Amino acid sequence: MMWLTADESEALRLSLSIATRSVAFNLPAAILIAWVLTRVRFVGRTLLDALVHLPLVLPPVVVGYVLLLLFGTHGFIGSWLQKVFGLELIFTRNGAALATAVMSFPLMVRAMRISLENVDRGLEDAARTLGARAADRFATITLPLMLPGIVAGVITAFSAALGEFGAVITFVSNIPGETRTLPLALYTALQSPGGEHAAARLAGLSLGLGLGGLLLSEWFSRRVRRMLGR
Amino acid sequence: MLSVAAVRKRGAFTLDVRFDLPTPGVAALFGRSGSGKSTVVNTIAGLLKPDAGRIVHDGSVLLDTQRQIDVPPECRRMGYVFQDARLFPHLSVAGNLRYAERRAAGSAYVSLDAVTGLLDLGSLMDRRTHQLSGGERQRVAIGRALLTQPQLLLLDEPLAGLDGARREEVLPYLETLRDHLSIPMVYVTHDFDEVLRLATHIVLMESGVVVAQGEAAKMSLDPHLRSLSGPDQVGAIIEGVVLGFDSASGLTKVRVGHGDLHVQAKDLAVGTALRVQLLARDVIISTQIPRHLSVRNCLAGLVTGIQDDDLGSDLVTIDIGGAEIVARITKAATRELSLTAQMNAWALVKSVSLRGHSFTLPAPATTSAASPDA
Repeated sequence: MMWLTADESEALRLSLSIATRSVAFNLPAAILIAWVLTRVRFVGRTLLDALVHLPLVLPPVVVGYVLLLLFGTHGFIGSWLQKVFGLELIFTRNGAALATAVMSFPLMVRAMRISLENVDRGLEDAARTLGARAADRFATITLPLMLPGIVAGVITAFSAALGEFGAVITFVSNIPGETRTLPLALYTALQSPGGEHAAARLAGLSLGLGLGGLLLSEWFSRRVRRMLGR
Repeated sequence: MLSVAAVRKRGAFTLDVRFDLPTPGVAALFGRSGSGKSTVVNTIAGLLKPDAGRIVHDGSVLLDTQRQIDVPPECRRMGYVFQDARLFPHLSVAGNLRYAERRAAGSAYVSLDAVTGLLDLGSLMDRRTHQLSGGERQRVAIGRALLTQPQLLLLDEPLAGLDGARREEVLPYLETLRDHLSIPMVYVTHDFDEVLRLATHIVLMESGVVVAQGEAAKMSLDPHLRSLSGPDQVGAIIEGVVLGFDSASGLTKVRVGHGDLHVQAKDLAVGTALRVQLLARDVIISTQIPRHLSVRNCLAGLVTGIQDDDLGSDLVTIDIGGAEIVARITKAATRELSLTAQMNAWALVKSVSLRGHSFTLPAPATTSAASPDA
């Protein structure tokens, strides 16, 4: 990308890659959790619901701190991951993807839940009488009908992932080329003397990405609605 | 034969039904809204679990709460046509039909082409479901249910959401299904006209229980049906056969019982079976052979019963030879004519309504080959 400096394009690439990975990781989990929260009645459902939504109401720094405790080198899960898979999360882009994933997960679940609640159970019953078993019904009826929510959830989560700051900087710090995403680069530019111009360029880039995402989302949801005949 | 027994208690409403339906044929579950008709078909389909019950269709046990048998709906091989059609909005008409076709179990007896022809769906195939009219939607829903190759077709008020004209547009197709495919149907409705047009068997429901059931012709004089259909709809439903058409008068001669009726109809082949309705208010009784009258239709018979209709009149039933008709007359008339059972009587019929054409009971399940052009 010729009109971007090497640092800028690195931050952009890193942001896109981290956001993509966090969304890809979240997608199946979010569909499952949305389905469980909407369709399954069990003890502890409210607690699960609250846990999923916690990142929305907690300061991102707290989320980053909890991730440090759990996934740090001496953390409960972190030490295990390192021992078994040799996977290091702290100070790495994988760690940044994890922090972003945790932060954007509730946004994705919310969007999917709303559209799943709007899926007419009667259509699933109809599919049942036509001989479709549970997995078949889910894949051929429920999933396509909740597609608007899936699209909305993916795009919202992706946009939020591009902009995640607090949890990322707390958990994986601000390392150029590894964890310095667009907002972190912008923050760094603002901290350094004479960095106003660089900051403005990065802000413009973020703005463009955000606007593009919104337009894309609108275009997608229109297409999906037309497909569903709404 | 379909045997259903089910008990289901929810809040203040208790469903407690038990009935046997001969198959093939069309059994109408008839009753007011809230009488539990839909609960019954949902239970037959397996979408609702009764607290206790047993459902057996042609020897296969679909539900037996005592023996812990509960075949899931996807394995019951019941076609279900819902009141709101429930077409899949993300699929085209063809997509909806193929969805059913692909999941059909057992031997196929009706093909996609046959269904398309039978229900005139050819021109709709590429449409999206939201582009269909109410009547078209129901036709597609019926076609989709048929393509699962069901052993029983359940229809839950399929015409209730349609206005009169749209209803007329779908009814003939249902008659075609009844006459040309030997699929037994359970048809839920609160519309008496649909019962008259389609049913071979009637199950009457009131507040969660079956109050009466039987063959359509025999049920036509049931007091429960009378109270449901209203006093003006009371009348005999009888089966007749076309004897011929008189072009001079424009009337078709129909044999009912031992007698003949002349009805306003054209283009009916000799031998066509039909169902006619003789409303009790349109029948006049004479105890002597009537002469010099304007009324053309006169049937001779034997009085079989006189009962109070709870509205100040008497309902007199007359056997006209294998079929019974009914007349409503005032109590004063009963006295003056000294009507009693076993008396000879002549029934003068002021008007005859044709209720459905070519009404034939499908032959008992011998070959189930369906042909749309029959």
